[in-house]
Formats: sequence, structure tokens, C-alpha cells
Amino acid sequence: MPRVVVDVMLKPEILDPQGQAVANALPRLGVEDVASVRIGRRIEIDFTGEPDLNQTREIADKLLANPVIEDFTIRLAEDGETVDAQP
Amino acid sequence: MTARVGVVTFPGSLDDGDATRAVRLAGAEPVRLWHADPQLHGVDAVVLPGGFSYGDYLRCGAIARFAAVMETIVDAARAGLPVLGICNGFQILCEAHLLPGALTRNQHLHFRNRDQVLRIESAGTAWTNAFQPGQEVLIPVKNGEGCYVADAATLDQLEAEGRVVARYVGNPNGSQRDIAAITNSAGNVVGIMPHPEHAVEELTGPSLDGLGFFTSALKHLVETAA
Repeated sequence: MPRVVVDVMLKPEILDPQGQAVANALPRLGVEDVASVRIGRRIEIDFTGEPDLNQTREIADKLLANPVIEDFTIRLAEDGETVDAQP
Repeated sequence: MTARVGVVTFPGSLDDGDATRAVRLAGAEPVRLWHADPQLHGVDAVVLPGGFSYGDYLRCGAIARFAAVMETIVDAARAGLPVLGICNGFQILCEAHLLPGALTRNQHLHFRNRDQVLRIESAGTAWTNAFQPGQEVLIPVKNGEGCYVADAATLDQLEAEGRVVARYVGNPNGSQRDIAAITNSAGNVVGIMPHPEHAVEELTGPSLDGLGFFTSALKHLVETAA
């Protein structure tokens, strides 16, 4: 399936309290060398035909991201890139 | 003639019932509007109520912005229709670009639910002309994503143009510059995070201070009709 991946992240200057809460939990895992954690959103879009990057850009700009607080990147999924991230 | 004030119900709206009641107690005729119906049915003003439209999926208000009724409301608001967005309604107004900035997760990550003192900063809007600048009011606040953010230039512009409508006295969520409510440059569109519709009766609210927002709109309609 032709797939486009959109990654949405809070702009660097926007406070990410969710990421901070995760960073604060890491010492309880014994992890002491992490400076910061920021949390974003990955969106996978499957087109029925050829993946349309321009249309994806419009979807991301108008709906998937709020440009006031978020940045986004879009890319074609690599061949063999699977739906489920494997550890 | 009694003013007709529309209250929109989205899937997931919570406070449309209380907003309807507040409109009635203020002396207007409430008109229920439905998210999928683009018609405004001749209303003189619109309230976007609190709640969790479309389950707050993606971002609060992000999907409601594309509801059929919102497309009509955006055009009407740009033409001067008084619109009040409360809580989720404020989030929708920001997502629809009728108001600048955005509302993000509370800085401390806690949901805040309490009676809140606000200072009215601008009594020049369609929804706050019943107040005096500097007047303190007590109305409930209840939000998890009520932290108002905008870039410094936008915040400076809001301040310079007198478009900060109300500030928290004791910031409950980390909002920049203690902002609780803002307006557009014409003053007909106001977004407020706390809930004036929950402070309209002694039996159920901490004060009657919320009523002033709704009576303001009625006064505004009479003045602009004259």
C-alpha cells in the first residue's frame, strides 16, 4: 500500500509537560543520563493510488498539525517499513 | 423583540444544556443548533459550549472546526455576528482561526476544577460590556487543556489592542500572561476558558457573575440595531 508518514511535533519553544512527566519517570527505571523527552504524533496515511505528497502537506497543514504550536514533516514510507514498530 | 441566541451541540458537547439555560435566564430565546446543519436559523448570536467535541481527538476543537455549522459561523462571525466560545468553544475558535493562539495541556498536567476569580480587562466586547474594566468576577473553571499559548508578538499585539478580555487572579493552568479570555479585533468574537454559564443561579453556581456575559450580548444587539 502506498503510504505517507506524517510526524507532528510541538515547536521547540512550546512547553511539553507530557514529555517532562516521562523524563521525570526515567530515573525510576534507573536511567539517569537523559536530558529531555519530547512527545509527538506519527500519522500513517494510505492512499488508494499513487501517494500524493502535496495533498498530504495540505492535510497536515490544515488538520493534522496546528501551525501555531506544532511543526510537521512528511515522507514516503520506506519499502518494507511495517505498520507495527518492532522492538 | 426577544433576541435569539443559538447554542451549538457537537457530538461530545457537555455544557450546551447549561448554556441554553443561561441564555434564557439572561432574557433571550435560546435556539438549539446542530453541528451537521449549516443553517443558523436566524439567530442574532451564537454560543459554542464546553465539552469534548469529537472526543477531543487529534487536538481539542480540531475536528469541530470542520463541522458544517462551523463553516457558516466562521463567515457570519467575520461579518459581525457575536460569538462566544466557552472552554471547548474557545479551543474551536482558535482552531478555526477566528482567534489567535492555541490552548494546550495544563502546565502541571492536572485537570483543574474550581471556582475561579477573574479580572475583566476589556469591557469593550460584545460579551463583556455589562462589566467595568478591572472588575473581579467569580466563575467556575474546569479544564485539562486550558493553557493559553501564543508567540510573544501575538501576545504583545493582544495587549496593545486591548484584546485580553479577562485574566486569572491565581493562574490555574499556566496560561501565558494569565490570559483567561481574548477577543478578535472587532470585539464580536470572544473565547473564554472558564464557564460563565455555570454561574447564573444561586442554587447551582458560586455567583451570578456569569450572567453578565450573556446580558452583554443582548445589550450589544440592541445598541447595534439602533
